[in-house]
Amino acid sequence: MRPWFIHLIKLLFPPQVLLPDIVGIDIGLTLSALAIALYLTKARRWGWLWREWLTTVDHKRIGIMYIIAALIMLFRGGVDALMIRSQLIVPEAHFMGAQQYDEVFTTHGTVMIFFMAMPFFFGLFNVAVPLMIGARDVAFPRLNAISFWLFAFGAALFNISFSIGGSPSAGWFSYPPYSELQFNPGVGENYYLLALQVSGIGSIATGINFLVTILKLRAPGMTLMKMPLFVWSALVTSTLILFAFPPLTVALGLTMLDRLFGASFFTLAHEGMPMMYANLFWIFGHPEVYILIMPAFGIFSEVVPTFSRKPLFGYEAMVISLLAITFLSYGVWVHHFFEMGAGPGVNVFFGLSTMLIAIPTGVKMFNWLFTMWGGRIRLSVPMLWQLGFIPTFVVGGASGVMLAAVAADYQYHNSYFVIAHFHNVIVGGTVFGLLSGMYYWWPKMFGWKLNERQGRWAFAFFFTGFWLTFMPQYFLGLEGMTRRMASYPPGLGWGGLNAMSTIGAFIMGVGFAILVYNIAWSRMHPEWDTTGDPWDGRTLEWSLPSPAPAYNFARIPEVHERDAWWAMKQRGETDAVKLSPDQVEPIHVPKNTPMPICLAVSFFVGSIGMVFAWHWMAILGGLGVVAALAYGSLEDDTDRELDPTTVLNTEKRLGRVHP
Amino acid sequence: MRPAFFKRPYRKLVPLALAAGLLSTGCGQQYVLLHPVGPVGQQELHLMELAAIAMGIVILVVFTLYFYAIIRFRDKPGNTAPYRPDWHGSKWLEILWWVLPAVLLTVIAIPTVKTTYALDHVPKGKDPIVIDVTSLTWKWLFEYPGQHVAAVNQLVIPTGKPVLFELTADSPMNTFWIPALGGMEYTMPNRVLPLWLQANKPGTYIGLSGQYSGTGFAKMFFHVKAVSPAAFNAWVAKTRKTASPMTMAVYDQLLKHNTTGQALYSSYPKDTFPTVANGFTLTGSGMYMVMRDKNDITYMPMQNP
Ligand code: HEM
Ligand SMILES: [Cu+2]
Repeated sequence: MRPWFIHLIKLLFPPQVLLPDIVGIDIGLTLSALAIALYLTKARRWGWLWREWLTTVDHKRIGIMYIIAALIMLFRGGVDALMIRSQLIVPEAHFMGAQQYDEVFTTHGTVMIFFMAMPFFFGLFNVAVPLMIGARDVAFPRLNAISFWLFAFGAALFNISFSIGGSPSAGWFSYPPYSELQFNPGVGENYYLLALQVSGIGSIATGINFLVTILKLRAPGMTLMKMPLFVWSALVTSTLILFAFPPLTVALGLTMLDRLFGASFFTLAHEGMPMMYANLFWIFGHPEVYILIMPAFGIFSEVVPTFSRKPLFGYEAMVISLLAITFLSYGVWVHHFFEMGAGPGVNVFFGLSTMLIAIPTGVKMFNWLFTMWGGRIRLSVPMLWQLGFIPTFVVGGASGVMLAAVAADYQYHNSYFVIAHFHNVIVGGTVFGLLSGMYYWWPKMFGWKLNERQGRWAFAFFFTGFWLTFMPQYFLGLEGMTRRMASYPPGLGWGGLNAMSTIGAFIMGVGFAILVYNIAWSRMHPEWDTTGDPWDGRTLEWSLPSPAPAYNFARIPEVHERDAWWAMKQRGETDAVKLSPDQVEPIHVPKNTPMPICLAVSFFVGSIGMVFAWHWMAILGGLGVVAALAYGSLEDDTDRELDPTTVLNTEKRLGRVHP
Repeated sequence: MRPAFFKRPYRKLVPLALAAGLLSTGCGQQYVLLHPVGPVGQQELHLMELAAIAMGIVILVVFTLYFYAIIRFRDKPGNTAPYRPDWHGSKWLEILWWVLPAVLLTVIAIPTVKTTYALDHVPKGKDPIVIDVTSLTWKWLFEYPGQHVAAVNQLVIPTGKPVLFELTADSPMNTFWIPALGGMEYTMPNRVLPLWLQANKPGTYIGLSGQYSGTGFAKMFFHVKAVSPAAFNAWVAKTRKTASPMTMAVYDQLLKHNTTGQALYSSYPKDTFPTVANGFTLTGSGMYMVMRDKNDITYMPMQNP
């Protein structure tokens, strides 16, 4: 064999990707991919897949693809979590080697934050926001597809690292100099940098898209202060993304220059400044954690009123607190590294600004509670997740404040106390919120509901497992156990709580399995939602049939108050959403386009080139990007018109035409 | 359908009971953060306790309202609780919950500021013993500039006297943490940061790194032996006599990426630690000056701001 070939094989398949479990997974994945390809060929579904999904620009379908991808990533991140917990169940366990453990916790964190939580709420934004504001699509449908495919291929790039070339192992925030070539010579870190960069472009584009959509495409009469709170949360999340992601881009870009082109921004040698990375990363990173929680706040602000049959308590305060949190969240980042010696003045400033954030957060909590107060609470599954959220998030917020007490954080920092804190807020807040939203809008996406009984069991297991997993971790923190230890010695008393935590994690795993079963079972035994309003909802999306037709609203509704649909129902004016045959007008809809997926594939190819420092391939990918953009700009036949008869027939079939 | 199971908030009680169980064992000696043996850890513990109590109040209030609401306002036939479908705000209630958290946070904020400033510098009038700490991949090097001895993965300190650690790294970042004595601080390459701690009780304590730095990171434990000043001096004298010197060759050996056991050295080469302590805090906010000339060290506290 030629030497270059041997070298290539060694580069693509270093020892860490040849572990038996990884090879087993590789084989399983290859077989399933083949099986899917075979099925698509046999059922002659390729054309359908291409036309209906891969080239679609319909926000509802893009939303569904986001959510499916997010659930797959939740599975992957969840398996990582179970591996971590299995390793830690007893002292000095040898379930994995340290190298693999490091890769697994890095993958877990990165996947959960960037490839699970973010796409999940992007999916819910796509599914719900245009329908809630009475729009026919987002402002830039094609950009929306570009965002999705950049995310999808970014995620794919990150996920192939464990079978080809090796996973990154520097943690989800990837501090240099450990992430530099000197200590991390493999290609894993390159995968991390490129995957986040590519999906980050998509995230910024999504931010712009929803910002414009919400500011420009609202139905007549829907002033800002009449918007549903979920739309508000999408608005502030988009703003946060717009200003938070650029520092991340810079931090990742400089690290890439260090690694690929011998620069020394953050290196140990040549007086690099690792702390600069910490600053840049957390200037992004703290707003990012609020990017993760805002959509959940929005979802709960829809779910609580609906299932309490009462308007949201203190709407204005809810909006003001969202804005306050947005603003403050840019000014707290140093609380992630009080211990880097910025001095007491700086630390105290950031400690107090962090505590300040807890005030608007607390206000929201009380307003949700008082939305329930004097209402009639139905314990449907979306509401159960909400009810799970309140106690869980309160504990997480409280521990956050404890961390913000600077001197105390010197003891908590980097210990399991911090791990417990952020899982309390991210799982108890973000994940509970996303799942609540998923159950809530599921009928709107697919036209059928998820089975309630199974949904309750999924919730019960997940919730119980959560508390059992993470409460002990606060106490592990007090016992002095630091995070990211691949194994720990006996004799420090850490064993019992760790075992408890691991048991809890597996109970959560069961909860997730029930959730998947819930989806599969309900798909096979669909409980159709014929009314379009299964929960007795309050906002405009429930005035549409489930699922909504491609153009959403045949006639754009006029809005006079908050909770517009509820008000129409109260006044018995629901027929107003129906159409009379003389009102039908032609509707412009954007045409499908292969450009977004081609663009993302080019990014993918170019990124692989960068990961392995194959410059020809990076250039090839770059040319592909330019070509796809040029094609997209030169193409002028981008919309088509639905003629009135088609619209009328569709609406007739949905029973939405006045006789 | 088995709605009965969900009608009662039993399942919320399970984790609560669990938490109570955990708390009741909170006095066990393995909870090092709750049993500090020095003034730094003690002050940090006071702050932790205060914040925990204030936050406990918040949790209690929210849980009470929460359980009351879901029990009282369930949607079931015959529920006599008032139903107010149009109640969407109340000025006074809302003012209350902007103010209430603000008050509680102020209660935490003031001591936070005080403690943070207080712990930033060694108490006045107490000359600390200085120890230079370098985190290596994956081991700790401790150099005693005043005593001229050095040690790997083990630390001996006198009781009742502040110890000023000067921290740097010839490795990826780590944090230097002795939970029984007090909080941690980063060791960063190209930078020196100060951290002072004190042990008031003789004993052996565990030290470790909190910042992940690679596959051997979990093995970065070290032992801290706090002994009486006399015993400390004896230890120094003995080390200088019996241990071998650390040469540059030995230091290069330590730079290798591996884990090692403990070691003692009767002397160490001068350039292994940055000669000018140009740490952010050291000179940045004017807390200390550490003067080194030849082989000696003078510690000069500067005016506190
Ligand atoms: C009441 C509001 C909150 C306060 C006062 C607060 C405070 C803090 C502080 C001080 C830290 C740094 C601890 C340390 O590393 O030593 C921290 C870490 C963290 N917080 Fe929060 N937090 C709050 C809410 C949230 C929310 C809503 C989220 C996300 C949904 C969140 C996610 C995180 C994450 C991910 C980390 C750790 C990141 C890491 O080191 O990997 N926090 N929080
Ligand atoms: Cu933060």
